[in-house]
Amino acid sequence: MNPVILYSVGALALIAAGAAVILFFVAKKFKVDEDPRIGDVTEILPGANCGGCGFPGCSGFASALVKGADNGDISGLACPPGGNETMAAVGEFLGMTVEESAPTTAVVRCNGTKTKAPSKLTYEGPQKCAIAHTLFSGENSCPHGCLGLGDCVDACDFEAIYMDEETGLPVVIPDKCTSCGACVKACPRDIIEIRPRGRKDRRVWVACMNEEKGPIPMKNCKVTCIGCAKCFDVCPPVASAITMANNLAFIDGDKCIACGKCIVVCPTTAILSTFEPPKPKPKPEEKESAEVTK
Amino acid sequence: MKLKTFKLGGVHPPENKMTADIPVVPVDIPKRVSVTMSQHLGVPAVPKVEKGDKVKVGTLIGEAKGFISANIHSPVSGTVFKVDGVTDATGYRKNAVIINVEGDEWEAKIDKSETLVKEIKLSPEEIIQRIKDSGIVGMGGAAFPTHVKYMFPDGKTADTLVINGVECEPYLTSDHRVMLERPDEILVGISIMMKAGKVERAMIGIESNKPDAIKILSEKAKDYPGIEVVPLKVQYPQGAEKQLIKSLLNREIPSGKLPLDVGCIVNNIGTAFAIYEAVQKNKPLIERVVTLTGKDLKKGGNFLVRIGIPAKNLLEKLGAEIPENTGKMISGGPMMGKAVNHLDIPVTKGTSGIVIMSEDESKRDSIQNCIRCSKCVSVCPMGLEPYLLEKLAEKDMFEECEKEDIVDCIECGSCSYTCPSSRHLLDHIRYGKQNVMRIMRERRQQ
Repeated sequence: MNPVILYSVGALALIAAGAAVILFFVAKKFKVDEDPRIGDVTEILPGANCGGCGFPGCSGFASALVKGADNGDISGLACPPGGNETMAAVGEFLGMTVEESAPTTAVVRCNGTKTKAPSKLTYEGPQKCAIAHTLFSGENSCPHGCLGLGDCVDACDFEAIYMDEETGLPVVIPDKCTSCGACVKACPRDIIEIRPRGRKDRRVWVACMNEEKGPIPMKNCKVTCIGCAKCFDVCPPVASAITMANNLAFIDGDKCIACGKCIVVCPTTAILSTFEPPKPKPKPEEKESAEVTK
Repeated sequence: MKLKTFKLGGVHPPENKMTADIPVVPVDIPKRVSVTMSQHLGVPAVPKVEKGDKVKVGTLIGEAKGFISANIHSPVSGTVFKVDGVTDATGYRKNAVIINVEGDEWEAKIDKSETLVKEIKLSPEEIIQRIKDSGIVGMGGAAFPTHVKYMFPDGKTADTLVINGVECEPYLTSDHRVMLERPDEILVGISIMMKAGKVERAMIGIESNKPDAIKILSEKAKDYPGIEVVPLKVQYPQGAEKQLIKSLLNREIPSGKLPLDVGCIVNNIGTAFAIYEAVQKNKPLIERVVTLTGKDLKKGGNFLVRIGIPAKNLLEKLGAEIPENTGKMISGGPMMGKAVNHLDIPVTKGTSGIVIMSEDESKRDSIQNCIRCSKCVSVCPMGLEPYLLEKLAEKDMFEECEKEDIVDCIECGSCSYTCPSSRHLLDHIRYGKQNVMRIMRERRQQ
């Protein structure tokens, strides 16, 4: 046999042996002791890496869970996309009890559609809410309303939010929404809110973020909250879910019993719901007054 | 003779200075004015008056809060109607003092006469205090509180006062008119600033498209020691302080430093006039010259406007209406100004002009792909790479933006102006810059 072949094979074998020895010692020396449970918990988690839990990715959340379990407390930690099922599985694996949290979803607190808050000017700049927000108050001039350029849609990892071409507003699909909060962070005007889904999916919310006194927003939008506090007055005392602050009503989703009384009295129809509101008793008058304010 | 200018970058948009020959006329005071409390860079002023208070012209109505802030004085006499939000050029509502006008009664301490007072009686410290009390801010557009520029940090000194008479923005002619109509006052104002800054030399940079202003100021400047008028080649953005210092003195301000670090103080021509009035006449900053112009306005004009008067009153004074084919109305110049959706916005200390553009003129072409022509790189006066910064900012890669010195961007818009693919370079860069500055602020706080 050609000696060149022998030499090369021998030399390679020597290098390989040397490298193996070095690798052996390096592996010993720099061994990272990772809790095997972290890997197992990561397996249980959905693997969306959405960051909705507040930790960088699922493995970050898993190590936080394991650390919490060692300290005997994992309350306050929750996986929004996984929901109660995932957290129950995690709790079982770690031998901890996990509190059930009510399912939540994102809602859009603006109803300034193209017809209700018509455009007064044309924006030709970059189609990004974060940029438009710093430039002007919006095509409909409402400084609190949706800019309609879809930063929230871009931020969603679950395709749970889309832009309605007709209204120019984002629409959340509650069944896909994991309440990870990415859209809440993306919205420069804080219009999107994470709310409890409510019993039987019945939700009521004020679809407006305006904080100015009545006549000012009415110039820009027909369905703005004018802070008249009519909803506050009709909210049943057992719930008292409505609070007024800065000319704006807010319905606490945890307290709301979804009776729908506030929806009917709102003069500007700024309160939205996922169900048909109860028919008002003095029907014609109510209808008329609503029409007049429109 | 070869004219001086800055070497790096720059563009030359069509000048369109149609109102350069029209003398400044005062605008009538309306029945009600709205004086916003955030007319300057920095912290908004705190209202010092309440509903029903009587004010005279020059009464302090807003007090500076914090180091970078400025006082605000009543531009009219009358009764305070209310303190409430008013939509300003940003489109957002800002706190403002709204005053119902009654007569035109001035505070007694203000000297209303037109006589030129040359003798400077105050000491440098008193001058700076007077500038601060009078609420003087940079009149070029950014409205940076002027007294801050004269409060040198320990160990820093200046040797040159740079006066910006460049007015490189197209369309605008307000500074030009002030130079032609008030040369003596400006020169006394500059002497006051030289005394306040303890400098021996002042240079007035004026672009060569204003030969009448160069002539009149050069002749008059012979009587004022240390003041020199330097004609400059027309180039945008020569009115930016870094570019102006480079043009006049060939000094370069290092990244992240201020003009004072190279021994310069930079002020606008309009500021020199305002300082003259504040120091010699005890008159706070309550009015300014505003250009109203546009190709489709039959004629534009230059107006002396009290702060707080709605911009539409300028049109009224002109006897004109908003042309039907209007595509854009801009508060400020067309390069760095801000588009507004109505002219009810009150004039502020920083409003240098209102430009009305037709639809054809203001239309943005549709975006095309970047063709790597590097025109934006060659026009960037700060030596940045706008095409790269745009991409990085678009993708929210703020760390990389910071490495590429996005905070050095002066937002002059030369890159967007020159881009053959009409890409929204500046919009994205500004977005990136804001985020990088926010990240840097957060890091400093930690």
